Amino acid sequence: MFGLLHDVKLDWLYGGVLALLLISTLIGSILKNRHKGDASRATIDNLNARIRAWWKMCAIFAVAVLSGRIGALVLFAILSFLAMREYITLVPTRRADHRTLFWSFFVIMPLQYYLIGIQWYGLFAIMIPVLACIFIPPSIAIAGDTEHFLERASKIQFGIMVCVYSLSHAPALLLLRIPGFEGHDARLLLYLVIVDQMSDVLQYVWGKLVGKHKIAWRVSPNKTWEGLAGGVTSATALGTALWWATPFTPLESAGISLMICLLGFAGGLTMSAIKRDIGIKDFGVVIEGHGGILDRIDSLCFAAPIFFHLVRYYFVP
Amino acid sequence: MSNHIHPIASLLAAIARGISGVQVQWAGCEPDERQRIYFANHSSHLDFVVLWSALPAEIRAKTRPIAAKDYWEQTPLRRYLANNVFHAVFLERGSASKAKNPEEFHFVGRHLIDEMAEALGNENSLILFPEGTRGTGEKLGPFRSGLYHLALRRPDAELVPAYLENLNRILPKGEFLPVPMLSLLTFGKPIQVEPAEHKEAFLERAREAVASLRRIGSA
Repeated sequence: MFGLLHDVKLDWLYGGVLALLLISTLIGSILKNRHKGDASRATIDNLNARIRAWWKMCAIFAVAVLSGRIGALVLFAILSFLAMREYITLVPTRRADHRTLFWSFFVIMPLQYYLIGIQWYGLFAIMIPVLACIFIPPSIAIAGDTEHFLERASKIQFGIMVCVYSLSHAPALLLLRIPGFEGHDARLLLYLVIVDQMSDVLQYVWGKLVGKHKIAWRVSPNKTWEGLAGGVTSATALGTALWWATPFTPLESAGISLMICLLGFAGGLTMSAIKRDIGIKDFGVVIEGHGGILDRIDSLCFAAPIFFHLVRYYFVP
Repeated sequence: MSNHIHPIASLLAAIARGISGVQVQWAGCEPDERQRIYFANHSSHLDFVVLWSALPAEIRAKTRPIAAKDYWEQTPLRRYLANNVFHAVFLERGSASKAKNPEEFHFVGRHLIDEMAEALGNENSLILFPEGTRGTGEKLGPFRSGLYHLALRRPDAELVPAYLENLNRILPKGEFLPVPMLSLLTFGKPIQVEPAEHKEAFLERAREAVASLRRIGSA
């Protein structure tokens, strides 16, 4: 818990999140009392369930990140595991994929996070896109089942890229050595997660309030152009306003926040398309009101790697 | 049999629950201490442990699996697990199904039903996989007749159907390393043998009761 004592700006970030949770809880309970028994009741109950889940998620996240690099690594490794588990449960695989899946869960996934732990950047970067993606197709082929072979190999490759490789770039932020920002890398991770998740929330809120024109109704009936514009604009404004917690100037922070928001949207849209293809609404039922873990972090999976590489390219000498 | 849960049994149950991430739904009845015969589909070594672990502890202590003698007595480890850890009731599979008529059944399979009825005793419940062997998980195999004869012998015990979903993908037959996907377990509405109901009709109805609990399509 050293961060909280040393880093006043980190305290402000956490304080801000806490204030936001308190305000939304208050709004949630006011709405609940005002709309007793009418038609919007289901929406409000869902909203309150989401807020309750946010409290839990923020608490878990805060404890993990404050306990240092290992805490963050363990948290994201668990998230990868749970997300991959939901994904593989619902994506059709065959009996012959069994051993490859075992390797993916128990060798490739822990190794990816271990490489961050020992700070071996070179291998971390190629571990899954190069090594695992070459390993997976032949290891399925050796089991001898050719039915839907290419589909099966691609499904596992895609799952491990999104749920493990991409997501692992969030805790990998703690490896970056940014001049003048040493020891504050937890703020960078928090910044990414706040902007990304607030973008999701604000797109949802704007969509509910003024959403009209659906972006791709077949993929996601809840995503509207109004929701996207309102959510991305307001979350970008929030990210810009948080520049003081990052190594970025306000203008840089605006550009980077905009990118996080748009990639987050792309992630949500992609995973929605997969869900519609399989014929399900949510990947899981672990988080009350939110669907599964993967439904919650799909945007982060797409935003994290690009955020990581932007910061690494422009801010790490 | 003592109503004591072996510590290894509790440990294995916890591991099985963790690996299978099982979500339990009591769709047709509630957990109850009354004597029951749980019968379910069979596609994985995890089936029994997952079903057993889904029961409340006080019921678990009185619930025993029916195990195939030829398989579970084959190695010392299997024998130890079945005998000492889970207090399994050993049966020679197939011998009752070969009976063509009541007389022959009486002759061939009587002691099997005796053993199961005795294992039920005054307070125990049983877990039974009427397919008799592990399937691929895609289609439910035909039910063997033990369930019917046991139901006739012990009409006081409630027959509770259950469906275990996705465990065939987590630990399929022939594999010994699990892939930790999520699974579902659904308990259905108890059934009973109707007056004058024939063996085949009852077994088909029991099979249908299990199959109807399936919640998602096959993988």
